[in-house]
Amino acid sequence: MLMQNTRPAERAQRTFISTRNACKLCSPLGASIAYRGIEKCVPLIHGSQGCATYIRRYVISHFKEPIDIASSNVSEEGAIFGGGENFKKALDNIARQYQPSLIGVATTCLSETIGDDVKFYLEQYRAGKAGFGMPEIVHASTPSYRGTHMDGFHEAVSAVVRALARRGEKHDGINLLPGFVSCEDLRILKSACEAFGLSCTILPDYSETLDGESWQEYQKLSTGGTKIDDIRRMGGARATIQLGTIGTAGESVAAWLERKFGVRNFALLLPVGVMQTDRLMEIFSELSGLPLPGQLAGERGRLIDSYIDGHKYVFGKKAAIYGEADFICAVAAFLEEIGMVPAVCATGAKAADLKQSLERLLENTHPGMQAIDDTDFASLEGICKEAGVDILIGNSKGYWLARRLGIPLVRAGFPVHDRIGGQRLAHLGYTGAQQLFDRIVNTMIEHQQNSSPVGYSYM
Amino acid sequence: MIEILEGRKSQVMVKGGADETVACDKVSLAGSVSQRACVFCGSRVVLYPIADALHLVHGPVGCAAYTWDIRGALSSGPELHRMSFSTDLQEKEVIYGGEKKLYAALSELIEAYQPKAAFVYATCIIGLIGDDLQAVCKKVSAEKGIPVIPVHSEGFRGTKKDGYRAACEALFKLVGQDKGAREKPLGINILGDFNVAGETWMLKEYYRKMGVDVVSCITGDGRVDEISRAHTAKLNVVQCAGSMTHLAKMMERSFAVAFKRVSYFGLEDTAAALYDVAEFLGDADILERTKALVREEVSRIYPQIAAYRKDLSGKKAAIYVGGAFKAFSLVKALRHLGMETALVGSQTGSAEDYDYLKEICAEGTVIVDDANPLELARFIREKDVDLLIGGVKERPIAYKMGVAFCDHNHERKTALAGFEGMLNFCREVHASVMSPVWRFAPARIHRYKRQNPEGCDADAKYAAC
Repeated sequence: MLMQNTRPAERAQRTFISTRNACKLCSPLGASIAYRGIEKCVPLIHGSQGCATYIRRYVISHFKEPIDIASSNVSEEGAIFGGGENFKKALDNIARQYQPSLIGVATTCLSETIGDDVKFYLEQYRAGKAGFGMPEIVHASTPSYRGTHMDGFHEAVSAVVRALARRGEKHDGINLLPGFVSCEDLRILKSACEAFGLSCTILPDYSETLDGESWQEYQKLSTGGTKIDDIRRMGGARATIQLGTIGTAGESVAAWLERKFGVRNFALLLPVGVMQTDRLMEIFSELSGLPLPGQLAGERGRLIDSYIDGHKYVFGKKAAIYGEADFICAVAAFLEEIGMVPAVCATGAKAADLKQSLERLLENTHPGMQAIDDTDFASLEGICKEAGVDILIGNSKGYWLARRLGIPLVRAGFPVHDRIGGQRLAHLGYTGAQQLFDRIVNTMIEHQQNSSPVGYSYM
Repeated sequence: MIEILEGRKSQVMVKGGADETVACDKVSLAGSVSQRACVFCGSRVVLYPIADALHLVHGPVGCAAYTWDIRGALSSGPELHRMSFSTDLQEKEVIYGGEKKLYAALSELIEAYQPKAAFVYATCIIGLIGDDLQAVCKKVSAEKGIPVIPVHSEGFRGTKKDGYRAACEALFKLVGQDKGAREKPLGINILGDFNVAGETWMLKEYYRKMGVDVVSCITGDGRVDEISRAHTAKLNVVQCAGSMTHLAKMMERSFAVAFKRVSYFGLEDTAAALYDVAEFLGDADILERTKALVREEVSRIYPQIAAYRKDLSGKKAAIYVGGAFKAFSLVKALRHLGMETALVGSQTGSAEDYDYLKEICAEGTVIVDDANPLELARFIREKDVDLLIGGVKERPIAYKMGVAFCDHNHERKTALAGFEGMLNFCREVHASVMSPVWRFAPARIHRYKRQNPEGCDADAKYAAC
């Protein structure tokens, strides 16, 4: 391969103070998506009305599902005298309208900056409702000036587990914290667990709540999601497997479960590609005491067969991957596995250790590879041009970049706003890698075919 | 059964019911899941199409990220409006103030993109940390020699309507800046059309054929220089009255530019709009040309609509849109297709708007202000509608209930204004209502069984459509 261990990866400095076409979103969005993966949960964004509505619109455009997120709609008066009244009124109205099992509170820059003490409001609220049937309420601190949607996502998952998980009885089940992956990815993980006979609590699990069937009657809250009782039992599980740990700060919730309840903790890269998936399967094997089940072995075999069928079309091609840090690291490892070059690995989040993470997990040093954090789509244009990138892999917000550079885009991750089926895109496990590999190879072929002056009908 | 929240009941009414008033102009009820956004949203959507201006959102990254390329507002030239610029405030700036970062961001962006003007949007946090937006804008304006205009759009300071107002105030700072521009006795400004899918261009073409000068379009395919000489027009022709009437009134007061409210949705309203303009300008030739134009367009379009009416006649519709003016036109346009409106609502309608809706709708029509998803779902079910007209957030409600949907938001790629737009509208509605996919939708099958309780099980699936 054309890879040498000569030059280290570069970390580019940003040249603009402003952010131009952001390659990140704000933290209440991530928290809202995580909350929607819990059974009968309504997210409540404590802030101005726009936060909830903008986030709903953004998320609906990807999932194409009704996504109800409530707002406490803090007004000017609230901004001056505190948003407590509106916050409590919102809790009341959500409980009345939706009869949820859980209300997941996410704060905003507004409520955090006016100094609203949500914890105290909740104590007051609970005291006032003592004796009445009330949903569980959890609270994540997610001001949009701190971190990105990924921090919000992890913060919400962490808040839910810390609020609900108990030591309880030991049981045979495992906890699986998949991170922010697609609905299809969740189904792939679930079915792999089932194939190993593992009973598994996936948190969050929005595979059904955000990708449901057509309904007979309108559902106030879509069915599916992680059951609250299962979250309570997480403290008694045999192990926690946490995927996509790159880019998370502080003590992870899996580490907390270990410290608090002695639940063994496995932390893995998002399992994209054969090697990363093998590692997850080894853990499943270890926990279940079973070898790789036939169905999964078949998927693995077909994936490898297809790698061979398609390898020439991608060998040595340079890709730019952008999005969340854990996503780009996993995809970079996958690209390396199939002979592509992860030439540009970029995230809008601040992740000073991105370069080190990539160096650690990649087998080869790719000369001139750009590992860039805290960047945006406008900056990426020049970076990709300079790197001579052949293909982009990431969410649909890279569309403009692809168009301006005249190179193809393989849509992956979140959001996909310009196609249907974003929630059904697969990335994880053998079948996810299969789908991703086919998409990348076919996109390269199609691009070449479209660029051919004479066209052709055989590969 | 979905209950209406106590605090929402006054904003829902049924025509012919006991109480026919709709409370409105209220802040959204906490926890109700309003479809409205915020003050910032109101300002952002109005100013968005000005293509040669820099639009810098001052605040944390979300507000800018969620409004990147948000409208299908086209430009015939520069496309700076399609980029998303944010000061991306971090915790440090929230504590120590964001003025320095704002100054640096504005300076570098004006240097890099050479815009004709800059709009600086204040988000929630700016109103809290006390950045002096005015002072920074003034300083940069003096240094760079272009208008740098603060938009007071802190999200929590009211509703989307207040955002429209803040946008109008910002626009008004540009109007009249071109001191040398000569008066245009037969000139108009197109206000409140945003050139979604090229609609402003269609309207301009009508006015060109009529012999009317279009001085400026505010803000569809908008340009800073054009807006600066908007005061030279005789008349402001205001569509989307909810957002633009405030600007029209300010211009009337300061520059004696008269204004007329119109709508370009549907044949009837488009024709009325063009006639209104022709009559106002009082030029016999223009009036003649307008008559010819309307005659030609209507005789071209009308027969084509008949085919759609055949399929759509008797179907029931629900409408939930941002501004009530659009709803008026839609009720009328649907009637041309033989469709009755069973539910109509808006995010920002006024008391007069709802009175007018009541006038034009049939008995039993539900009229609702600032509805939420559950209310919409309830009335769609109760009224057994066949079609919902709305935006992105309403679409999945319709689809989950097996109901057809027509996008009438600002992301759409199909022109729905003007004569040609009516034809596109018919096609859009027809394509969704007549699709064979509904026969598989459980809600449709269920509804069919509900309506035909006698022996329909075997073929319900196929009859449901």
